[in-house]
Amino acid sequence: MAKAGTTLGMGVSEAVAGNFIMAPFGKALAEVARNRPEVLGLTADLGKYTDIIPFAEAFPDRYLNVGMAEQNLIAVAAGLAKTGKMPYCTTFGVFATRRAYDFICIACAHSNLDVKIFAALPGITTGYGSTHQAFEDTALMRAIPDVTVIDPCDATEIMQVTHAAATIKGTVYVRIQRGNVPVVLDPKTYRFVPGKAQRLRIGKDVGVISTGLMTARALEAAERLAKDGLNVSILHVPSLKPFDADAVRAFAASVPRIVTAENHVVSGGLASLVVEALYDGGLHRPLTRIGLPDRFPECGSVPYLQEKYGLSVDGVVKAIRG
Amino acid sequence: MAVTNAPVDPAPIGFLEEKAHRLRRHMVKMASGKGQGYLGQGLDIADLLAALYFYEMRYDPADPKWPERDRFLLSTGHYSIGLWAALVECGTLRTDELSTYGGDGSRLDMSTLDSTPGVEMTGGSLAQGLGQAVGVALAHKLDKRDAKVFVELSDGELQEGSTWEAAMAGRQFKLDKLVAFIDCNGIQADGKLVLDVEPVADKWRAFGWDTMEIDGNRMAEVVAALQWARVERGVPKAVVMRTVPGKGIPTLEKREKAHFVRVGDDEWGAIADELEKTRG
Repeated sequence: MAKAGTTLGMGVSEAVAGNFIMAPFGKALAEVARNRPEVLGLTADLGKYTDIIPFAEAFPDRYLNVGMAEQNLIAVAAGLAKTGKMPYCTTFGVFATRRAYDFICIACAHSNLDVKIFAALPGITTGYGSTHQAFEDTALMRAIPDVTVIDPCDATEIMQVTHAAATIKGTVYVRIQRGNVPVVLDPKTYRFVPGKAQRLRIGKDVGVISTGLMTARALEAAERLAKDGLNVSILHVPSLKPFDADAVRAFAASVPRIVTAENHVVSGGLASLVVEALYDGGLHRPLTRIGLPDRFPECGSVPYLQEKYGLSVDGVVKAIRG
Repeated sequence: MAVTNAPVDPAPIGFLEEKAHRLRRHMVKMASGKGQGYLGQGLDIADLLAALYFYEMRYDPADPKWPERDRFLLSTGHYSIGLWAALVECGTLRTDELSTYGGDGSRLDMSTLDSTPGVEMTGGSLAQGLGQAVGVALAHKLDKRDAKVFVELSDGELQEGSTWEAAMAGRQFKLDKLVAFIDCNGIQADGKLVLDVEPVADKWRAFGWDTMEIDGNRMAEVVAALQWARVERGVPKAVVMRTVPGKGIPTLEKREKAHFVRVGDDEWGAIADELEKTRG
C-alpha cells in the first residue's frame, strides 16, 4: 500500500501488498486471444494505463488505438462487433461512461453486440482526482438494458472474468484494477460464475455483502474481527448485472444484520441492489452501507481517501462492529 | 453468389431515375398512411438510395445478412422512410408493409432499428454511423474482404464531435473501401442550419479524405461519384451531396418547415399528383 499523502505515477498501481500479478487483464486477454481469432484489443490513448500492453505485444496486428476519442472507441467497436469481431475496449471508467454512454447504450447494447469494455480506475483507486475516479459508473451502466456489469475482487477474478467475458453474449462492462493487482482469491479453488454471488466465509454474527476490491477488505476485516470473537459471513457479488437476488436474500436470511461494501457511491450500486432485493422479498434486516457519499471526492491520495470514506480495512472493521 | 441489382455499365441513368421516382412514390404512401414523417429527408436522398441499391452495391435482397455483401449504413436514422422504400423496392421488405410506417408494432419505425431485415445499424441518436462504418470497414480490412462500406451522414451531423473522431480514424486506418455520403440539405431540427458547417468539402479534404462534391439530386452526378469512389487510393472517400429537402414535390421543396412533414389528410392526393407531374 502506498504511503498516505503520496500519489503515485499514472501507470503505477496503488495496491501492492502481499502476492500480486502484474497486469492481470492484459495477460488474460492474450490467453483469450490465442484461442479466439476474432478477439481484438482497442484503446483510446490509454493502452499503457489500462494494462492491455501484454496483449498488444503478443498480437500487435490485433491491437488498435483510436486516439483520445472514447465515443469513437465504442462506435468502432460496435462496427467491428457487427462484422464478426469481438473487441475488448479499454479506457478509464469515467471516460467510458461519462463520455461514451450514448454509444454504449445505442450502438452496442441496443443491438446486443459483443463489445467488452474493461474500465480502469473504478471508485477510489487513483489519486488523480474525481475526473479520473469512476465512482458512479456501476449505477450508470446497470441502468442500460442487457448490459452485463462486473466488479472483480482481485487479480484472480480479473483474469477469470476476462476469459468469461468472451462467453457472455452481448455488451459487458468490467471494472478493473491495474498494475500490481493483489491475489486474494485462490486461483486453484475460486471460480467466477457469470451472474452468481459466492459465499466466501461463514459466520453467524454479521453478514457482509461486498463487491469488487471491497471483498478483499471485508475478508481482511473478518479475520481481524474473528480474533475478537465476532463471526462474519461474506457474500461476494462480482456480478452487479445480472444480480443474484436469490443468493442475496438467502444470505440475508441467515444473518441478523447486514453490511454492504462497495468501491462506489452508495446510491445506484450494490447497496441499492441489495435493498431492492430484500424489499422485493419482504425481508428486513438492519443494514449499514459502506461506500462513497453523494458528493465529489476531495483531493488526496488513495490511502487518505479510502480512510476518509471508510473503504479501508479499519473502516470496514468499524462498520461491521456497528 | 455475387449479387448486384445493377445492370452492367454504362450506367443506366434513365432506369435509375425511374427507380428513384418509385422510391419517392413509396415514401409518399408511407407518410400519407401516418399523416406525417421525415418525408423531406427521404425524398432528398432517393437518388442516392436508387443508385446504391440498383446500381452499385453487391447486395442480395433475399439474404440481407450475406457476409460478402457491401453494406450501407444510414447514420441519420430518421431518414428511415427512404431506406424502407429502397428495401421494399428491392424486395427485402414487403410492399404491403408500406402503410404501417411509424405505426404500432410496425417494423418500419420512424427511426431505423437494426432488427428490421436489411438495416445495418440502429439510428436515431445522431453521429453514431460514421464510427460504426469505420469499425465495419476495419473488420473487412483485417479479414482481407473485398466488400465496400457506404455510409450516409448529414450536414447537421457535422456539428457532432464524434463525426470528426471517426473521420480521423478512417484516414488513420487507410480504409479505402469506405465511402461517406454527406447529405447537405441545409436543414436540422431547429430549421435552417443553426451552426455553420461550411466549407464542408474542405473540411473532409483537411481530414485526409478523397473528396468530391456533387448535386445529389442529379442521377448522372450520383453515378459518376460512385464510379469515382471505386478507385482505391489508400484513403477513404467523401462525397459531399447538395440536396433539396422534399425533392420531387414542389410544395414540399418550398416549405420552410421541412424537418418533420405534416400534411392534412385532404392534401395527400395533391402531393402524390405533384410527384407524378414532376416526373413527367
